[in-house]
Amino acid sequence: MSELVAVLGSQFLWLALAAGLIVAAVGGPLGCFAVWRRMAYFGDTLAHSALLGVTLGFLLHLQPTLAVGATCCALAVLLVYLQRRQKFSVDTLLGILSHSMLALGIVTVSLFDINVDLLSLLLGDLLAVSPEDLVLMAAAGALIAGLLFYLWEPLLAFTLNEELAAVEGVPVERVRLALMLMLALLIAIAMKVVGILLITALLIIPAASARRLSHTPERMALLAALIGGLSVLLGLLASVLWDTPAGPSIVLAAAVLFLCTQARPQHS
Amino acid sequence: MIGPNGAGKTTLLRLLLGLSRPTAGSIHRRPGLRLGYMPQRMQVDASMPMSVARFLQLGQPGITRAEADTALARVRAQKLRNASLADLSGGEMQRVLLARAASRKPELMVLDEPTQGVDVSGQGEVYQLIAALRDELGCGVLLVSHDLHMVMAATDQVLCINQHICCHGHPEQVSRDPAYLELFGDKLAPYSHQHNHAHDLSGDVLEDHSRCNHDHSRREPGHE
Repeated sequence: MSELVAVLGSQFLWLALAAGLIVAAVGGPLGCFAVWRRMAYFGDTLAHSALLGVTLGFLLHLQPTLAVGATCCALAVLLVYLQRRQKFSVDTLLGILSHSMLALGIVTVSLFDINVDLLSLLLGDLLAVSPEDLVLMAAAGALIAGLLFYLWEPLLAFTLNEELAAVEGVPVERVRLALMLMLALLIAIAMKVVGILLITALLIIPAASARRLSHTPERMALLAALIGGLSVLLGLLASVLWDTPAGPSIVLAAAVLFLCTQARPQHS
Repeated sequence: MIGPNGAGKTTLLRLLLGLSRPTAGSIHRRPGLRLGYMPQRMQVDASMPMSVARFLQLGQPGITRAEADTALARVRAQKLRNASLADLSGGEMQRVLLARAASRKPELMVLDEPTQGVDVSGQGEVYQLIAALRDELGCGVLLVSHDLHMVMAATDQVLCINQHICCHGHPEQVSRDPAYLELFGDKLAPYSHQHNHAHDLSGDVLEDHSRCNHDHSRREPGHE
């Protein structure tokens, strides 16, 4: 216990907690859209391109989070464009892009002999968040939160039925692009928290847990953010107490919370 | 608007609504025309927690709770106000969609096969509701339907299409049109249709077909 008290005084833990909470706060509502629109695979595809972003950032001497954000946004735009033109199903398209991007990332890492810690990219490196990282994450988080608030009703209408929304005057293509860009930004900042492999879990699990306890979309979004925050708190605590990796611990905490919500009888 | 499967009814509707762009020709729409649209069907994912009342107000800041209730009362669906959108049956969803379209005080209501997924006993009721809404709101109704009995009994203008406009006009006049009779037969059986003219694969009428007894060289008006 004295160990825990000593650790509580250290800056890195508070930085990690703040970073995790920022990601959980915007990840909750965005995760709801991922669940409602069945976009889990989209998140995975964007996340898999993050490694390529890291290597591009290294080659072009850019800040890694910025480089990942730019790469994910570029891929998001490409996806929106391809989705409209291609004859393949979205699943196939995503399968092609997702794994080619991951492979491209890994090949460029070895080709240019870039010195990156693959494991920390794949599983997150929350305890190494720097104050500079935190500022960037807070800025991206604020941008996503602002967009979500401003576009909330159009996003809901678009999610329920795209054609009805379009006829009623919602700029459907712009809303779609905004949603993809928000997801791309979130992935750029969440990479540090849970890593490329586990980002989708942090999107989907809190939103799925919140469903049982909600009867309005707003409540589901807020609860998802809270449950995500609680997962971050519990995961970090476990990580400090038992010296487990932070990212996977957070995802496990979210999974346990999900199981707890499922024990409750169904709420309409 | 009537026509066999694959005739292009939904395509024409999508063009009129601005959901697709025409590859040729033009569409004239009065600027600021208020549309109420009822899609062919709407499936809501069970993960979306939204009540019917909330759906009626969604994206329509002008509509109060009381107005949403009125809209539901119009389609006799008050008891659905607190139901979850994802739990509605086909017929209930159609009524809710109709309520939403009507609550926008439309000048033109566009309905794409409004009785699809509605059981036989409910179909007549949906058509009665549409007629009542038209009388109450004084709006135009553009309707795609497979139900020829309803079309002939309840509409003012019929547009019969099969990749081109076969015939159009007052229902009585259309039902005597040779092109209509060839398409649907004189027993109003919607799917047992025979062609008096042949179509090639892209749907163009083959002009030299010997049995053709209606004129395709005349340019049909009504691409609006």
